[in-house]
Amino acid sequence: MSQAVLEIRRISGHAGPVAGAGVERAEQVCKLIDTTTCIGCKACEVACLEWNGYTFTDTTFHNSYQTMPETRWNYWNLIKFNEHEGPDGSTMLLMRKDQCMHCSEPGCLEACPADGAIVQYQNGIVDFQQANCIGCQYCVTGCPFNIPKFNHQTKKVFKCTLCSDRVAEGLEPACIKSCPTGCLQFGLKDDMKAEAETRAKQLREESGHVNAGVYDPEGVGGTGVIYVLHDVTNPEAYGGLPKDPRIPWIVRLWKKPVKWIGNLAMLGGVIGVTLHYLRFGPKEVDVEEPRKGDQP
Amino acid sequence: MSTSEIITSARALGDREERILRYSLTERINHWIGGLSYIYCLGTGLAFWSPYLYWLAAVAGGGPTARFWHPWMGVIFSASIFYMYKLWRNDMLITDADRAWWKNVKYYIRNEDEKLPPIGRFNYGQKLFFWAMFYATILLLLSGIILWIPEAISWNLRWLRYLGVTLHVAAALISIGAFIIHVYMGTAMVRGGFTSIVRGEVTSAWARHHHRLWYQQATRKAPPGK
Repeated sequence: MSQAVLEIRRISGHAGPVAGAGVERAEQVCKLIDTTTCIGCKACEVACLEWNGYTFTDTTFHNSYQTMPETRWNYWNLIKFNEHEGPDGSTMLLMRKDQCMHCSEPGCLEACPADGAIVQYQNGIVDFQQANCIGCQYCVTGCPFNIPKFNHQTKKVFKCTLCSDRVAEGLEPACIKSCPTGCLQFGLKDDMKAEAETRAKQLREESGHVNAGVYDPEGVGGTGVIYVLHDVTNPEAYGGLPKDPRIPWIVRLWKKPVKWIGNLAMLGGVIGVTLHYLRFGPKEVDVEEPRKGDQP
Repeated sequence: MSTSEIITSARALGDREERILRYSLTERINHWIGGLSYIYCLGTGLAFWSPYLYWLAAVAGGGPTARFWHPWMGVIFSASIFYMYKLWRNDMLITDADRAWWKNVKYYIRNEDEKLPPIGRFNYGQKLFFWAMFYATILLLLSGIILWIPEAISWNLRWLRYLGVTLHVAAALISIGAFIIHVYMGTAMVRGGFTSIVRGEVTSAWARHHHRLWYQQATRKAPPGK
């Protein structure tokens, strides 16, 4: 089990194909977060800290239940609390567990220049390998969800691993294990998607949340973390969940067309000057006769 | 560099072929601080640019080391370019002689230099190179500061990071194109050019051939009474 799920699908900054890619087909894993049954208890935040060996550090409060403004390099799992006023004037407290979304097409991995600093396993988990990280933070620029965070001391970037170490051994992620309401579930992507759709349908038909739906954004090829939202048409209300997340177009431009145009231009320059030398050769200065107008 | 310095330098060489000073020691040292720091930034920059060139980071001390030194080397490079601007700003102004020369640049490319009008200390191509590097350096420095400390840029200002990578790449590519031509011309093509930026001197024949107006100006006798 453990070796199979840690087979690699994509590698950042890697020349050539991924070794052994495609020899085995693995199932996609997925975390399902039902924001409609989350009670904001933060058990998942504590479980994440405990399993990953971090201790709680100083934080800032902004008159909210939220533990801190955004995730940190050593705080990967944060419930975002947002008061939201509905069209009928009623107020809801929206609670969304924020963490890495484990995109199928990860912007962090696309932007990363360091060979093997970011890998995507065959099971879909996107994992940072700090041993290979050079601390450039291009991943921060590539991510549409504001997830990778920089550690100033070690000069490495960290984020949620979807407990790839636990999953490799057939266990669910720590946050899932700690959830008391069952609003967090973990399983195969197809199963979780079906579960989420069932729940969204129930919310639409039985609870009056006519816009209830599943957040599994296509702009990044779908995600390994999906949400059930009361109102899927307004994900921004849930602490800035982007409506249509995509790898920034400028990152795509930089990593694809600009890269190849630049490579051709540099190669063209080298070939150009070589051809010039072969055709015209060097400028030699023989001792020449002084021309008219020169000083004697 | 004064006229008397040049003449002294030429006379001191005694019976050797007549030589004149083209680059002062300060100019040469500054040029090579810029050149070497640029090469470090070029190598490590290319490592971060393409996975196929990532091995260059290993040459420069490994990925994290390269990432640490690249910005500092960039600061050193920028400083040398700005000092170069101070030294050569006036020499690099485009003149009518340059424009006349540029109209006939095809003869320069074909090594038919005898058909070219005379020019001053630098030719139009050198001046273009200087200004391309100067402006590219300003862009590289400004965008480089963003890439140096992206953690200081908040999520709401993330467009600055996008702008940073774009400008850094664009300016770097412009500078690389200019650099390829500069290195080729300074070493393989214009014989005597490389020696001049190392030891500072050129032969009088070289000076007459490539920079006739500068040669005339540099060797002009001091007016009587001074």
